[in-house]
Amino acid sequence: MRQDPIMQSALRLGDDALILGQRLSEWCGHAPTIEVDLSLANLGLDLIGQAMHFLGLAGDIEGQGRDADTLAFFRTDLDFTNCLLVEQPNGDFAQTMTRQWLYSTYQQLLFEAMAGVEDARFAEVADKALKEVRYHAELSADWVIRLGDGTDVSHQKMVDALGWLWRFVPELFQMDELDSLAVEAGVGVDKAALRPAYDAAINAVFEEAKLTRPDDQRTLTGGRHGHHSEHLGHLLATMQHIPRSHPDARW
Amino acid sequence: MYTTELDKSRPVDLQTGEPKDLVDAFEARVAADEFIEPKDWMPEAYRKTLIRQISQHAHSEIIGMYPEGNWITRAPSLQRKAILLAKVQDEGGHGLYLYCAAETLGASRDEMVDALHSGKAKYSTIFNYPTLTWADIGAIGWLVDGAAIMNQVPLQRTSYGPYARAMVRVCKEESFHQRQGYSIMLALAEGTDAQRRMAQDALNRWWWPSLMMFGPPDDASPNTERSMRWRIKRETNDELRQKFVDATVPQAELLGLSIPDPDLTWNETRGAYDFGDIDWSEFYAVVKGEGMCAKERITARKKAWDDGAWVREAADAYEAKKQARNVA
Ligand SMILES: [Fe+2]
Ligand SMILES: [Fe+2]
Repeated sequence: MRQDPIMQSALRLGDDALILGQRLSEWCGHAPTIEVDLSLANLGLDLIGQAMHFLGLAGDIEGQGRDADTLAFFRTDLDFTNCLLVEQPNGDFAQTMTRQWLYSTYQQLLFEAMAGVEDARFAEVADKALKEVRYHAELSADWVIRLGDGTDVSHQKMVDALGWLWRFVPELFQMDELDSLAVEAGVGVDKAALRPAYDAAINAVFEEAKLTRPDDQRTLTGGRHGHHSEHLGHLLATMQHIPRSHPDARW
Repeated sequence: MYTTELDKSRPVDLQTGEPKDLVDAFEARVAADEFIEPKDWMPEAYRKTLIRQISQHAHSEIIGMYPEGNWITRAPSLQRKAILLAKVQDEGGHGLYLYCAAETLGASRDEMVDALHSGKAKYSTIFNYPTLTWADIGAIGWLVDGAAIMNQVPLQRTSYGPYARAMVRVCKEESFHQRQGYSIMLALAEGTDAQRRMAQDALNRWWWPSLMMFGPPDDASPNTERSMRWRIKRETNDELRQKFVDATVPQAELLGLSIPDPDLTWNETRGAYDFGDIDWSEFYAVVKGEGMCAKERITARKKAWDDGAWVREAADAYEAKKQARNVA
């Protein structure tokens, strides 16, 4: 089956936001302070909002009557196109903040570029979300610095978190055929071209956080094509089970 | 801090030993519906009662995040998920405003948190009931937030300024919570058989605990009279409970759901609903910590706090280093 690159682009953006938003919502009530609890909920809310936009757009482009909810709740693992980074478990607070920082820094560059694409449906959503995404990148970078340069314990937890999550970074910038078609169609961005700016931003934070940039690791990929870690299946089982148990229901 | 300056000839209140002129002036201001502010003189019992009431309220907001938080990851639509996450976030925010209000009375946040974790401080028993289906999220918004509004609206005019102002902010959000809960119930009531069953079952389980949220009956509530005089309570438990029943019964009818009380009837002469006896033995059992989720709720809160200790320490350590660098 040939996939529509425009619809798939919207889907990838929506899936990243949805899965990361779902992960952040798992923190609710369990964060280190009430203030942090509220800020994690803020991030989650922004991302769920973005997911609603992009999945809604994907459904509109597809034109088969699937809306954002149908796409969120009635697709299986193999249909999900989010990157592997966002589905990684919350772990401890260092792992959650590292994941957020690695993703939001990428998302900020992506949306800055996407705000200028030809197709207004993509450019406008990116532009609207930019303020949120910049805040996410800043907030998570602040935590990376605080934890990296905090205590020995927090520093070590940051090293451990990076040691695992770093291997999922290259996937963010990978361009496949569909991405290239999306660039041609005026909806997508050359993600590979964002890498130098990403490295510059990341390296600056590493330095301030007194963290060493990890050595390059064997990259794990597959998310964009529906091949995920085992974690996604469990996330979807939790997230989808009510709508799937009542397929005719409206909520 | 006042007793040290006491002049021996100054008349004192015989029960508390506090200067009578100050007590009288305080009582007069409160009776005139003036706000008492943090730097104003106040009787020690007023301060203590308020700290207990406000911190208990704050703890209830925080513990109240759990029963609903239980459904955020499983909310059945993206819209509902976002609304629920925002709602639970609001409750955390209410907890923070209230802790701040209590701090103006000289209570420290750490002390209050310790009292909650050690079980010394109480919180609303309603949150020790489990949320079993998605309809519970509707029922909580509709009934529990609805009851909270009934309790809190009069407190916007409570005598202690910071508390009254916190309540103004809180009440604005609570009425939104109540509407979103009702909207969940409405969707279920208009939905499939399974959804209607869920909705009725949730109403069956949450109705009586919601009535208990107003506290023991007036004749078993010894401090009511003094609290009313001090304007830290503005209507009695039974008055508020009656208001809630009268407002809620027509809403249930609109949903086509039945209130689980065979004695519920409209009383023409009173212009109010008569309702059945509340099982107070259940209320006191739950107060004592025998609710289904009593243990889970407090364990979850303690675990969040303990697991986060290293984060708070790191943030403090970083702040200290930054300060030291700025000085250097
Ligand atoms: Fe609240
Ligand atoms: Fe509420």
